[in-house]
Amino acid sequence: MSTLNRRTVLRGMLGGTAIGVGLPMLDCFLDVNGEAMADGAPLPKTFVSWFQGLGYAPGFWEPKKVGTDFEFGVQLQALNPLKKKINIVSGLKVFLDAHPAGAHSAGPQGCLQGGVSTPNLPSIDQIVADAIGTRTRYRSIEVSCDGSQTSNSSRSATARNPGQPSPTALYADIFGTGFQDPNSATFTPDPVVMARKSVLSAVSDKREKLVAMVGASDRARLDEYFTSLRAMENKLQVQLEKPSPMEACAVPKNFKKFEVQPGMLIDEAREANRLFAQLLAHAMSCGQTNVASLNFGGSLSNLRRAGSQQTFHMYTHEEMVDPVLGYQKEVSWFSNQVTESVLEFAQIFDSIKEGKGTLLDRSIVMYSTDSGYARSHSVENMPMYTFGSGGGAFKTGVHVSAPGDGVTRVGLTVMQALGVPIGSWGIESNTTSKTVTEFLA
Amino acid sequence: MTRFTLPRIATFLVAAGVVAAATPAVIDFASVKAAAPAAAEATDQALMRRLTPQQYQRIVSDVFGVDMEIQGRFEPVPRVSGLLEVGTGKVGLTASGFQQYYTIAQGIAAKALDEQHRDFLVPCKPANAQAADAACAQQFLTKVGELLYRRPLAADEMKTQVDLASKGANDLKNFYTGLALSLESMMVQPQFIYRQETVVPSKSKPGQFELDAYSKATRLSFFFWDTSPDRILMDAAKDGSLDTPAGMKKQIERLAASPRLEDGMRSFFVDMLQFDQLDLVGKDATLYPNFTRNAVDDAREQTLRTITDHLINQNGDYRGLFTTRKTFLTPMLGSLYRVSVRSDVPNGYPQEWTAYQYPEGDPRAGILTHVSFVSLHSHPGRTSPTIRGKAMREVMLCQKVPDPPGNVNFTVVQDTTNPLYKTARERLNAHATEAMCTGCHKITDPIGLALENFDSDGAYRTSENGAPIDTNGTIDGKPFNNALTLGQVVSQLPAATSCLVNRLSAYGLGRDVPRSQGDWLKTIQASFATNGYRVTDLMKTLAASPEFYQSAAPK
Repeated sequence: MSTLNRRTVLRGMLGGTAIGVGLPMLDCFLDVNGEAMADGAPLPKTFVSWFQGLGYAPGFWEPKKVGTDFEFGVQLQALNPLKKKINIVSGLKVFLDAHPAGAHSAGPQGCLQGGVSTPNLPSIDQIVADAIGTRTRYRSIEVSCDGSQTSNSSRSATARNPGQPSPTALYADIFGTGFQDPNSATFTPDPVVMARKSVLSAVSDKREKLVAMVGASDRARLDEYFTSLRAMENKLQVQLEKPSPMEACAVPKNFKKFEVQPGMLIDEAREANRLFAQLLAHAMSCGQTNVASLNFGGSLSNLRRAGSQQTFHMYTHEEMVDPVLGYQKEVSWFSNQVTESVLEFAQIFDSIKEGKGTLLDRSIVMYSTDSGYARSHSVENMPMYTFGSGGGAFKTGVHVSAPGDGVTRVGLTVMQALGVPIGSWGIESNTTSKTVTEFLA
Repeated sequence: MTRFTLPRIATFLVAAGVVAAATPAVIDFASVKAAAPAAAEATDQALMRRLTPQQYQRIVSDVFGVDMEIQGRFEPVPRVSGLLEVGTGKVGLTASGFQQYYTIAQGIAAKALDEQHRDFLVPCKPANAQAADAACAQQFLTKVGELLYRRPLAADEMKTQVDLASKGANDLKNFYTGLALSLESMMVQPQFIYRQETVVPSKSKPGQFELDAYSKATRLSFFFWDTSPDRILMDAAKDGSLDTPAGMKKQIERLAASPRLEDGMRSFFVDMLQFDQLDLVGKDATLYPNFTRNAVDDAREQTLRTITDHLINQNGDYRGLFTTRKTFLTPMLGSLYRVSVRSDVPNGYPQEWTAYQYPEGDPRAGILTHVSFVSLHSHPGRTSPTIRGKAMREVMLCQKVPDPPGNVNFTVVQDTTNPLYKTARERLNAHATEAMCTGCHKITDPIGLALENFDSDGAYRTSENGAPIDTNGTIDGKPFNNALTLGQVVSQLPAATSCLVNRLSAYGLGRDVPRSQGDWLKTIQASFATNGYRVTDLMKTLAASPEFYQSAAPK
């Protein structure tokens, strides 16, 4: 199997220029337990929005009991290995109000943007990134496991962050040129980065003049351009500063080269999910980013098995409900694959040890979907669950039942747990100021 | 290799029995509602349009040479009003999108000024290669700056760029590194990555506004060639001749007569036919072993060759695209079409395209029967009459198929393995009583069913699951009995030709035509008919109209 390691990437990118490789971390940079930065600040909280459409069958995923003494429904049994680190809410819905509910679009908008809206509203990952992503090399990272650039991350009405579909490219981007090992004993700012930073500042200085040159309707778009330019300046600035040591930081070794092929095979999406989980976990453990958004197979998902005429989405509408099981058997096969995948993602985060805890412990990984029952496009009883405690902000292993409440309660609670200064969230009937208090530590 | 994909704004219809996922590949759910705020009433305000990947590549090749390959992916543009080109006028730029542009620009600048390229791209030699040389930097930046910004740089713009080159050269002790820093910064500035239009008071119509000469040149050049203006066009803008009807006509004739018209025509049809989506099409390898990645590329090229040959080389009637038996094939496509294609090239040479004519009695004619169209609008594992019918309506006839309602109650759900219903038609008919669904499906399915002889990979078939396929139907009251007669009927629908005018005008303007210019559009439609539906003539008529350059007052 073809492999790509960091050294190869670096060699390829810099064409033989000598590279300084990080030396072993010096103890003096760490606190006693390795749970905090040397300056005493706790390790930053991190957030991942993990999305896959088509949900689960109502009645077959929800725990029956609330509180900590619960059992997952049959379709979520795969989550058991991490049950103690999971919080789950049942009964939540998206309020459609007077909107013509775009099938498969209203659900994710409700969960991730706080309501059904044209145009798009900023998505939760971007709101979180504004709070906890400004001091890292990447404000946020968006990835897509189905070979497309589909993403659920929107910055504004006109700016949708594209999902990176290639694990290989993401590896090179994060751990290739520009990566600085936070535990390296030496640090020398790159003069080319310094030069680029000053070049971009010169462009940035012309903002006012350039904005004055365009029509009113384009000003907002140009403002957005300059916001993105500033993000790039910030990224270069971060590269010019000596990074704080991070105990668990390690570059993924022998990273596997992998490109998802067109055709939406679920096995390929699962492999991409595992590789992205590794990359994001390592990126977060090395302080490169605190926020990510992952699209597994889209909302109206065409994921499928090799050799099959049918896709996940087609099955949801076409398959008969199994009279014995009470749900659609093939659909359940797919949704189980999804559950195993989100579990794998969280387990990879949990495998990064940081002091007494793990990367997952200081993270919140939030699963959301597009429907409460894909078969009928229902946005009632939307399944939502999270992994991790957000650095101790959450108690975990809790089930809350909140029938008829808006899904926005989860988003609001997650944002507050991550330190976003926000008292209420959502639009129209989806607006809420009611957090899921049972989760709060 | 540039790979550019984008979410497609799509809706879908649900039939009990046949569910139509909107594309065979991927739907970006939120784009369905909101990738771009298209709801506002169209105006004729001048706007900024972000370069498409193809335009970016062409400009880079034009300015720096054909060996400049773009490494990386661009941020996708949403399709608005049926066109990416309209989306380019609505889309912003995200932080990761900016980074993509910056990385690509760094690669191009480094290559353009490396030892292999600098001698013929930089018109001077620095006095000292280890230090700044403002005069030499300015010579280079003037030369490329005008081509990149599509206008001469203002004095202060030039000073900034020269200063950046000097500072970089001194800091890094290398003239060319400094120059590359300046160049990469130009290529990431909005003046380059957005086509910005400047509005001035109209000379011929007092009180009204129009694009300035350089903006006119840009609009013209992208419309005909899908790239930045060349030096001749820039000169026509500079000397004022482009602001005169005669000077404008001369340039339009020149652009239309150039072989580069084919680039422009291809770009337009890729956009209108949504062929960018073919990048995301994959078929099940077990069910459709001949449908390889290379076959998809060939399928797209087949249709584009057919179109440009018919419309440019033959100067044919646009409507003939729906019925023409003439096309071009490669041996690989021959395996999908099951015809023998001989490509007599020496060993090791790439396959050549061969002109091919479907024989009389062949079930194929017209681009609707091409592998590109039928495979794009199918599932990975089977066909979908609903998707195909919807594409016909929306792509070819500019008609909007309503979105399905949310919270649909599927009281009847059909098992596709039910032995009673072997064909797509039978599955659809079995649910004709579903009032909630049949309204829309009546609009889409009959047309799509006419193409059922073509499997998901485009291969011809006469039966499905052992049952014969019935391709009879009607569209807008006009009967057809197969794909051939469907093509004939569609070619005669007024919507087919008016759709092209609508799309082509919006493509040129980068926005929908506002209601206030409705009469102008009608005039253009009439002249399209008078000219025998010749598309090059239509482009020339559009480009010669003052309305093509008219703008609301700057705000």
